[in-house]
Amino acid sequence: MNVDPSNALMRDAEAASAEGIPPKMVARSVNVHYGATHALKDVSLDIQGYEVTALIGPSGCGKSTVLRCFNRMNEMFENTQTSGQVTIDGMDIYARDIDVVALRARVGMVFQRPNPFPKSIFDNIAYGPRIHGLAETKEDLEQIVEASLQRAGLWDEVKDRLKQSGTALSDGQQQRLCIARAIAVQPEVILMDEPCSALDPIATGKIEELIEELRTGFTIVIVTHSMQQAARVSQRTAFISRGELGEYGPTVEMFTKPRHERTKDYIMGRYG
Amino acid sequence: MLPKHNLKAYDAELTELRALISQMGGMAQSLLEDAVAALLSRDSARAQSLISDDEAIDALEIEVERLAVQTIALRAPMADDLREIICALKISSILERIGDYAKNIAKRTTALSDDDISDHISILPEMARLASGMIQATLDAFVERDAEKAADVRDRDIRIDTIYNTLFRDMLSHMTENPDAITPSTHVLFIAKNIERIGDHATNAAEMVYYSATGNILETDRRKNDSTSYTTRDEIDQN
Ligand SMILES: Nc1ncnc2c1ncn2[C@@H]1O[C@H](COP(=O)(O)OP(=O)(O)OP(=O)(O)O)[C@@H](O)[C@H]1O
Ligand SMILES: [Mg+2]
Repeated sequence: MNVDPSNALMRDAEAASAEGIPPKMVARSVNVHYGATHALKDVSLDIQGYEVTALIGPSGCGKSTVLRCFNRMNEMFENTQTSGQVTIDGMDIYARDIDVVALRARVGMVFQRPNPFPKSIFDNIAYGPRIHGLAETKEDLEQIVEASLQRAGLWDEVKDRLKQSGTALSDGQQQRLCIARAIAVQPEVILMDEPCSALDPIATGKIEELIEELRTGFTIVIVTHSMQQAARVSQRTAFISRGELGEYGPTVEMFTKPRHERTKDYIMGRYG
Repeated sequence: MLPKHNLKAYDAELTELRALISQMGGMAQSLLEDAVAALLSRDSARAQSLISDDEAIDALEIEVERLAVQTIALRAPMADDLREIICALKISSILERIGDYAKNIAKRTTALSDDDISDHISILPEMARLASGMIQATLDAFVERDAEKAADVRDRDIRIDTIYNTLFRDMLSHMTENPDAITPSTHVLFIAKNIERIGDHATNAAEMVYYSATGNILETDRRKNDSTSYTTRDEIDQN
């Protein structure tokens, strides 16, 4: 096949754009360096709204780095350089006048290990709305806490012990608490970095169910090492390979007929 | 060759699945060719022994199912592997059906043993050879993951259909002229129809192989050449 590689790459980058609907977030020619490490090379990726996009690829390929580009989390590390463009609803998130705290309220994040604050369950959820001034009254705040815990499917399990420490919950409950905390500030996009890797299959199932549920109100990008999880929860899958976008397309196609050998070898569990 | 899996046992299972399918295919081919040979030589004893050969094919189908289900459950296959396993499942059930048709041909040997219709059945070995060749090509395409070869199998089916149509008209006029020959002639028609159906099944299997190799469905512009369902007595009389 004689396809101009740059065109093919662009087609892949835009694989997510459903007809006519502009993507929620767009990354164009993003390069990230950690000191001497060139971690991302010209990555372009469209993230479609109200869908789950899965990022898969071998360890160290740059999945977490891609994810962190979408809310400027990479800047938290020393010696990091990011170039290229990332937009949300067309707005450049790396522009000079961007308030990074406000950006991270719009683009929230859930990490691999559940990381509740060493505070009460209530305060874990209330923290974000408080600092972002989302609640005028105590009742408002209680309402947000309940709604967030409801949405995260945790309310019934914790409603009688909201004053208990968040760290006293089981790992699966802690992860749902972190999701509740992320949605409490009403983000538009939720980034999840291997959110189930510390969880058993039942707790994992609950999170996956929750992800499917959340898709109605949020745009989700999830990094996962489980092909089955990517297949179960996502509508689009991006394969990252050695810091580049290897292939991007509808999840069903990625797992039934991937176009590139490298993708194929990876998802089929073969030596490259 | 495709790169190997991280798990050796996984590769071993896929290799075994391919070997089982090849074995089933080889058995179905011999069963078909031997059934027609027994028929022509009026060898009832041989025909009888073939009927039990069909059971061996049935047993292999069960083995393929077991292994395919086990591999799906344990390995959660993806992409080419997934398509190949699904294809193996479908092909094994097609080969089982082909075995049934061949067995059915063998069973008619006794019914034909006394009647002299040699002129009419002399074309059957050629039909069987064509059908057997289609099975062979399909299995080669499966093992070699050769989409081109699989697509070519469909075209071969037209030749079997053409022979069948000719034989069909032939037998109808034979029956019209010799009412006594209606019973053996009907058997001959069933036998020919069975071989023609085997060709159709091989074609379906080849289409599966094409899907397995490419992930795409082969378009269904099958040039079907069996016109016998529309043949009327008037047409026969005119011929
Ligand atoms: N904070 C950092 N400082 C220096 N190098 C980093 C940093 N974070 C990541 N890297 C390097 O950048 C590359 C991509 O890392 P990244 O964490 O994005 O990979 P990943 O695909 O998420 O891997 P994993 O599946 O193991 O989580 C790796 O080579 C890694 O060593
Ligand atoms: Mg990571």
